Amino acid sequence: MKEITLDATIKNLGKITDFVNKELEKIGCPIKPMNQIDIVIDELFSNIAYYAYKPEVGPVTVTVDIEDNPICVIITFMDNGKPFNPLTVSEPDTHLNAEERKIGGLGIFLVKKTMDDVTYEFKDGKNILRIKKNVS
Amino acid sequence: MTINKKQDGTTLYVEAIGRIDTVTVTEAEKMIKGSLDGITELILDFKELDYISSAGLRLLLSLQKIMSKQGKMVVRNENETIKEIFEVTGFSEILTIE
Repeated sequence: MKEITLDATIKNLGKITDFVNKELEKIGCPIKPMNQIDIVIDELFSNIAYYAYKPEVGPVTVTVDIEDNPICVIITFMDNGKPFNPLTVSEPDTHLNAEERKIGGLGIFLVKKTMDDVTYEFKDGKNILRIKKNVS
Repeated sequence: MTINKKQDGTTLYVEAIGRIDTVTVTEAEKMIKGSLDGITELILDFKELDYISSAGLRLLLSLQKIMSKQGKMVVRNENETIKEIFEVTGFSEILTIE
């Protein structure tokens, strides 16, 4: 397992993405799931950076685990901010036209659609969000 | 992310390279929206774009709204990852994709 802890600020998005991509490259992850995982990092990390500790800044810990047979990547985001389960955000209506479309909920919707599993728990004062993606 | 722009009459060609994410979207928005005066056709070439997150989708939505009023907007050459994102989010219905 690999782990990184950084301040949950938007300027650290690149560092988190690079950290995860390095692990994905080690296992020869194809480009498409790597892009999908990078998008998910953007969505989840920016949520934490914008909302978890507002208006303060606090830490976020990201871990990467690799499972074999089939090869799956498991990424966990942990913060000590306000309890918030992003999976409860209502899904956008994807059938509306440009004028009617609303802004919210798209990010977490994308996470659910592109990952194989997404779970949330609040434990020991921490928001723990875990995503799993089969990359084999 | 890099944005290359080329204007031909009232057509603006925009080539986006790299990633449009939470961090880069502000710059992309500034660069594109700052050049839309008098433009009747906006062509977004995503050939060299690796991916777009929801922040980028929100930018596309707002560009589409602007261009619907003053002409049209076309997206072309997006990769497989981006194509799938357009499909699951319903953006393939909203955008004109060539």
